[in-house]
Amino acid sequence: MELRPNGLYCAPGDFYIDPWEPVERAVITHAHPDRAHPGSRAYLTARAGESLLRAVVGPEALVEAAEYGHSLKLGGAAVSLHPAGHIPGSAQVRVEYDGEVWVVSGDYKLEPDPTCAPFEPVRCHTFLTEATYGLPIFRWPPPAETMASTHAWWRANQEAGKNSLLYANPVGKMQRIVAMLDRSIGPVEQVTGLPAPERQAGDLPRLVLAPPSLHNTPWSRQFAPASTALAAGWMRIRGTRRRRALDRGFVLSDHADWPSLLRAIDATGAETVGVTHGFRGPLVRWLEEHGRRAVAVDARFESDL
Amino acid sequence: MKAFAELYAALDETTKTNEKVAALQRYLSAAAPEDAAWAVNFLVGRRPKRLLESRKLAEWAIAEAGVPDWIFGECFQAVGDFAETIALLLPPAAASTNLPLHYWIEQRLLPLREADDETRRAWLVSAWREMDEGQRFAWNKLLTGEFRVGVSQNLVVRAIAETGGLAPEVVAHRLMGDWLPTAEFWRQLLATEAAADISKPYPFFLAYPLEGPVEELGEIGAWQVEWKWDGIRAQLIRRAGHTFLWSRGEELITDRFPEIEAAGAALPEGTAIDGEVLPWQGGAPLPFAQMQRRIGRKALGKRILSEVPVVLMAYDLLEWEGRDIRERPLEWRRAQLESVPRDAALVLSPAVEAGSWEELRRLREESRARKVEGFMLKRRGSPYRVGRRRGDWWKWKIQPYSVDAVLIYAQPGNGRRASLFTDYTFGVWDGGKLVPFAKAYSGLSDEEIREVDAFVRRNTLERHGPVRMVKPELVFELAFEGIQRSPRHRSGIAVRFPRMARWRRDKKPEEADSIDTIRGLL
Ligand SMILES: [Zn+2]
Repeated sequence: MELRPNGLYCAPGDFYIDPWEPVERAVITHAHPDRAHPGSRAYLTARAGESLLRAVVGPEALVEAAEYGHSLKLGGAAVSLHPAGHIPGSAQVRVEYDGEVWVVSGDYKLEPDPTCAPFEPVRCHTFLTEATYGLPIFRWPPPAETMASTHAWWRANQEAGKNSLLYANPVGKMQRIVAMLDRSIGPVEQVTGLPAPERQAGDLPRLVLAPPSLHNTPWSRQFAPASTALAAGWMRIRGTRRRRALDRGFVLSDHADWPSLLRAIDATGAETVGVTHGFRGPLVRWLEEHGRRAVAVDARFESDL
Repeated sequence: MKAFAELYAALDETTKTNEKVAALQRYLSAAAPEDAAWAVNFLVGRRPKRLLESRKLAEWAIAEAGVPDWIFGECFQAVGDFAETIALLLPPAAASTNLPLHYWIEQRLLPLREADDETRRAWLVSAWREMDEGQRFAWNKLLTGEFRVGVSQNLVVRAIAETGGLAPEVVAHRLMGDWLPTAEFWRQLLATEAAADISKPYPFFLAYPLEGPVEELGEIGAWQVEWKWDGIRAQLIRRAGHTFLWSRGEELITDRFPEIEAAGAALPEGTAIDGEVLPWQGGAPLPFAQMQRRIGRKALGKRILSEVPVVLMAYDLLEWEGRDIRERPLEWRRAQLESVPRDAALVLSPAVEAGSWEELRRLREESRARKVEGFMLKRRGSPYRVGRRRGDWWKWKIQPYSVDAVLIYAQPGNGRRASLFTDYTFGVWDGGKLVPFAKAYSGLSDEEIREVDAFVRRNTLERHGPVRMVKPELVFELAFEGIQRSPRHRSGIAVRFPRMARWRRDKKPEEADSIDTIRGLL
């Protein structure tokens, strides 16, 4: 396994994992824009992630879907996909060649999520983990607690006759929230694509779920009076919420928090840990101080939410 | 303390004035008087003397969290706020209590000052263990004295006034001067009649900058025009045989300016003058940096007193013969002010005569030569109001200087600018090199800040702690108010109030200004 200009490359299997440039064969951990890019000749994804990936790569691309746990031969390597618990269809990629096992985690989380299969620990020699939230200040409250405060906020807005604009990543996070919503509070509207639907005259106050990029735009302003909120792990830090001029921030992440990162890494039994995305340096140093071999791996794209 | 922590969160969560006032009012009307008094104390920005070093606080939090030292620094980098970093890093509390704010302050916080370090550590750790995350955050803010919640004094005044059914002016006046945060003070604050404190200044009336063309103000005859001086806004009071000089920050600064204190002693009983403390020599102001030399000193020696003499430039008369005359029309107060006995340290702010706005505009060109910032325009017939109000007073400042400079260093901001590179150092050309010339934090849109942030991350050449040296590529137009020589700065020049006027995407770094051009502005 090596890092090439196009991304992470597996020579024995002649494929890339989440390449950032078009390649012959790409194995995709999940359909977030920092991981899946159009233009490659052939894609391999988990079955549950096929439709999301299709939406990114277009109808013409060659997409092969595999069940979780099913082992495929790619060149000399045995490849299988395992649930990462990140978003629907997200997978860890297990690669075995010559008795050596690599696992590339993609993004993952350990909290329960009604929209996707739970993270599965996979034993390996080398584990490539994400570190989006690789600092001990990132500790997620239980999702039920976050949803309780979200509901309280929404209810108060309904009572005040205000719309509730809740921003969330439209790929994964939004579906997860919808699956946990208490629909008895009021009407719900979901904006996943663009152009976003206009507000209709006479609409009752409602919860509008929208991509974060629509915050503070002419589109969002038509919902006034409204209270705005973002659901993301970054909302753990007051400053990031304030900088975006949001009324509220709800800590709900599809990434592993610090305790989960440590737990997941431990569970792999890996001798070497590669760390990519986010707070690489601190996690690498922490692992080294705790007797593990760890290296930082650069990623070209980093997702924000 | 839970209620207080919730108040902090509520104030932090909204940018809307009415919601802030409502949150304050909710808290204040439910709180016990001794808690309300402490809350007001912190909300108006008063803080206890430094209790302990932040370094110690961090050390104990690190030990309690069971993490290595270095990771605290990494976390602080991401959070950008010291008190918050500690609150987020501490292990979750097993159980949290809900004891009142005054208990935490009086029984747990203030006694820390007398204790030795070992006791402090034990007390702090046990305090943290009794609190949930929200309380810990508010508590850490109180400990570190960085208690800023984004509410202006005006809002606090409004909330108290609404809580007590009083006029905001009365509350503002009662909050001035010296007081102790006690239940008794809170009762007096809300009382219908309060005994007067002889030192108490009036709230300052502050002007808004003029935005549109000056002609929109109507007839020039309806306006009294004065130069806008650049010093320390202050109020000189003579009552009951004592002289008091208050700064706008509500600090008693009488002993910093013996010349003005002497001038105050010559005033009749029951006088209050609004004005500006200026370093002054030969009938003209000295550069403000001279004043800073003087303010920076603990003891005022003969030498500094003779090198940097000061005067009070008198703007307005607020109290005369013991009566509050703020409601009287401006001309009446001005006439009375002109009759006040003056000595050399009390100068009357001259009225500027101009027959038309056009003529005034020409006079404004002389501002820099006269070492003033432009004009103050005051509506004739207007009362002396409280706080920053639109309509009766305007400041009509001269255009600031501007220079094109290159971004050379960046570091993350604090507080709400956490985790983004928002604090920049700019360089200008000196020979073939860029020399640091000014630092600026403000002036860019959020969108631009994010763009610069991404640039910094991709183009870091060197790291020095939190500071990144970046590839010299981005050019910004910097605006600033004043400029002067300064041996303390590497460029040999210091500027006042530098800020980013705009991003010159059209310019290459080679096209930025040189130090010689800037020297030409001196
Ligand atoms: Zn992702």
